[in-house]
Amino acid sequence: MMAKDQATMDVTLTMDTAQPRRLDQMVQGVLGGAMARPEGPLKVRGAATYAAEHAVADLAEGVLVRATITKGKVKAIDEAAALKLPGVIAVLTGGPLLRNPAQGQASEAPEQVLPEVHYFGQPIAVVVADSFENARHAAQTLRVTYTEAKAEVDPETASTVERPKKSQIETGDFDAGFQAGAHQIDALYHTEPHTSAAMEPHASIARWDQGRLELWGSYQMLKHNVAELADAMGLPESKVRIHAPYVGGGFGGKLGIAPEAVAAAHAAREIGRPVRVVMARQQVFDMTLRRTETAQRLRLACDATGKITALAHEDRVSNLPGESYSEPVAQGTHFLYGGADRRFTHEVARVHRPAAGSVRAPGEAVGMIALECAVDELAEAAGIDPVELRLRNLPKTAPKGDLPFSENALGRCLKEGAARFGWDKRGTTASRRDGDWWVGLGVAAAVRTNVLEESIARVTLEPDGSATVATDMTDIGTGTYAILSQIAAEMLGLRPDQVTVKLGDSDLPKSSGSGGSFGAQSCGSAVFLACQGLRAALAKRLGTTEEELTLKDGTATSGNRRVPLADVLDSGLSATGHIKPGDTEDDFAIAGYGAHFAEVRVHAFTGEVRVARMLGIFSIGRVLNRLTAESQCHGGMIWGIGSALSEELQHDRRDGRIVNHDLAGYHVPCHLDVPQLDAVLLEDTRDDQANPIQAKGIGELGISGAAAAIGNAIFNACGVRVRDFPATPDKIFPHLPFDDWG
Amino acid sequence: MQISLNINGEDHKVDVDLRRSLLDVLRHDLALTGTKKGCDHGQCGACTILLDGRRINSCLSLAVMHDGATITTIEGIGTAEDLHPLQRAFVAQDGYQCGYCTPGQIMSALAMLTEAEEGWPSYISESLEAEPDLTDDEIAERMSGNLCRCSAYPRIRQSIAEARAQMRAAK
Ligand code: FES
Ligand code: FES
Repeated sequence: MMAKDQATMDVTLTMDTAQPRRLDQMVQGVLGGAMARPEGPLKVRGAATYAAEHAVADLAEGVLVRATITKGKVKAIDEAAALKLPGVIAVLTGGPLLRNPAQGQASEAPEQVLPEVHYFGQPIAVVVADSFENARHAAQTLRVTYTEAKAEVDPETASTVERPKKSQIETGDFDAGFQAGAHQIDALYHTEPHTSAAMEPHASIARWDQGRLELWGSYQMLKHNVAELADAMGLPESKVRIHAPYVGGGFGGKLGIAPEAVAAAHAAREIGRPVRVVMARQQVFDMTLRRTETAQRLRLACDATGKITALAHEDRVSNLPGESYSEPVAQGTHFLYGGADRRFTHEVARVHRPAAGSVRAPGEAVGMIALECAVDELAEAAGIDPVELRLRNLPKTAPKGDLPFSENALGRCLKEGAARFGWDKRGTTASRRDGDWWVGLGVAAAVRTNVLEESIARVTLEPDGSATVATDMTDIGTGTYAILSQIAAEMLGLRPDQVTVKLGDSDLPKSSGSGGSFGAQSCGSAVFLACQGLRAALAKRLGTTEEELTLKDGTATSGNRRVPLADVLDSGLSATGHIKPGDTEDDFAIAGYGAHFAEVRVHAFTGEVRVARMLGIFSIGRVLNRLTAESQCHGGMIWGIGSALSEELQHDRRDGRIVNHDLAGYHVPCHLDVPQLDAVLLEDTRDDQANPIQAKGIGELGISGAAAAIGNAIFNACGVRVRDFPATPDKIFPHLPFDDWG
Repeated sequence: MQISLNINGEDHKVDVDLRRSLLDVLRHDLALTGTKKGCDHGQCGACTILLDGRRINSCLSLAVMHDGATITTIEGIGTAEDLHPLQRAFVAQDGYQCGYCTPGQIMSALAMLTEAEEGWPSYISESLEAEPDLTDDEIAERMSGNLCRCSAYPRIRQSIAEARAQMRAAK
């Protein structure tokens, strides 16, 4: 339903200057509140359909086969024997099969290297049969022979180490500055590798229809995924459509097209029948992207007043040869602490472990564990309270590039958080004991860089006065369905239940997708702009201006004229909003800020750590939905508990394989590991430079720094400084003060 | 082999592969995809159903072992018009994020509440005999077999506590 004035209704904005707070002038009053998710009733009845659950007729089942060597070549696969097994339709190897998933926003196929093998667990074939059991049996009994080559798997001793130029930064004279400090800290930290482990395993159903590929998948960023899948299959993008209406968690693990999608597409094309491929949980561990382990050396020096004067953050991460991604470990450091003399080095060891990529808050999630624990060590050395030391070091401009901050409420979060948490009750090191448990408090700053991505959305006012939002954006549990209906309802004067949100279909207008905490603000801005276009068109029809027009409860008011919205819509109105990043991201340092506080109990004899209380306080600009935003904070903070205490992928030292590749071996936090949490959002902040809705990301800010608060609380509780995370009991109990054995 | 199952009050006859899990019978043969597969190994709880009134991980049980069984799944406890109090509470409290673990959390909670009513102690209960006091910690212990990677744990437990209060008030 194109209106004649379509061209004037579509709105494009490049974010070159601060934008007015138009949403604050709207009167519907539905944005920001604790609105329940509109898709909630489907989810609680099991009626929301995830990737593997779409009803596609005549499905064959594919099961992936993994390599059981680390490096070399597949010599032969005994297909003949497999094909004799009951129900087996095909054994496919080589061709377009992927080595590992695409990195986020790659928009091109990842490496396709078969018959070569580059890591233990790499997919080498897909077996297709008439049933899952038949396919699995054939896959498990498939006879594969290899020629093996030697492979390096240890990042510490790897012979190939790259030092990307842009990440080696020296300002001032670090060595001299460090020596001159009144207090110095020089500490080596390690974090073990992590994995996303979304509860929904990677799954795809592929169907071909006259040369066009339709895929139901569990993916976060459809426009990039279409490009990646098309490239992998040798198709133009116009021949690929992806559906992902519900995604059972992503956390970075579903940013790029993964092996099961290409296996399903390839198999379906070969056998002329739709194919479903679902990764077994172990395969999700083996063949999707992990977060690298890190080794980080932190050197900090401060003057007698606690002001940081010199700072070095040097790290080593790893990845498979051929992957351009490397974890930006020091990213948060650039936003947090000044000091004239600075050094950053970043090394990427090339090893044949499964490929590394983005996992929730790449960079900050691990970089800030080391940084914020080291700052705690510095506070201890200088004899200054750790909250106070951080307050004395609030930079006026961003340390990197000397850019002005767009909005930075770190100081406020530290002070308000400390007051709410009862920080003044924190005792000296190892001074509080409750039975067999040491009790202590810890703090850490939170920061996460904020990014706006190009995004398009279409909003339609239907003839009956209801509205439809359409974009290829996904909701991976983040609340997209809720916040987009709230933004449109606020702008158009409707109840949120009068707004239908259509997501997760690559044929819809192209959005940022979900990733990097940019989804809500990017696609939310596109919806906002489309609504502005609609408001302008309505104003014109009513002979007024957009500024003069009030929309509330389905009624348009201008001056003393009041009209039901449906009366001015005729056949309906449709507008497209298009947001693009612009100069503000170069002119300002834009990031979300916050602070974490934790109270832990450390068992005096076993070293077991329990989190008793945790408070996170965050400043993210405009809060779009208090309920879903707080849930995101909880998620991040709990991931912080996981990375502090239990999560670690363990690689076999001989062949690099992930040994603990299931949920019994890789310990994500469970109910009893997590107390009720306090997540506080500063509601009155706005970031005018970030985007026209003044909102920043929240999904990753909540993890950034969280584990450090726990590490620091462990030190306060029992005096043991853990520098290797996770802080499992074996790293604590040998160092516990045992003078009270009695 | 053919087996009969009563699922959510309806009788079904299914021809099953001997290797097929109860979970896959629900998801693949009967299109009851509300019950989720998170690990297929008894490690996550996403596949929790009620078997003859008790919670089990349906991925850990072969369908052929259950000829004649009575099963309740997430599809059987409430409707769009009339949600179960647990379902209502999860929506109101935001007791989920992606929703993938949610059916398992709800079915597990439903059985857990019955277990508590029947006086079952948990690993952390102070007394083995006293009526269990379902504190937040008690609920946490009893629900720890249900993982949620979105980490909606605090609000999952708030949802359970709220639903329990409503269910008791309605009695
Ligand atoms: S799928 Fe059954 S416990 Fe995970
Ligand atoms: S809601 Fe996503 S795993 Fe629990």
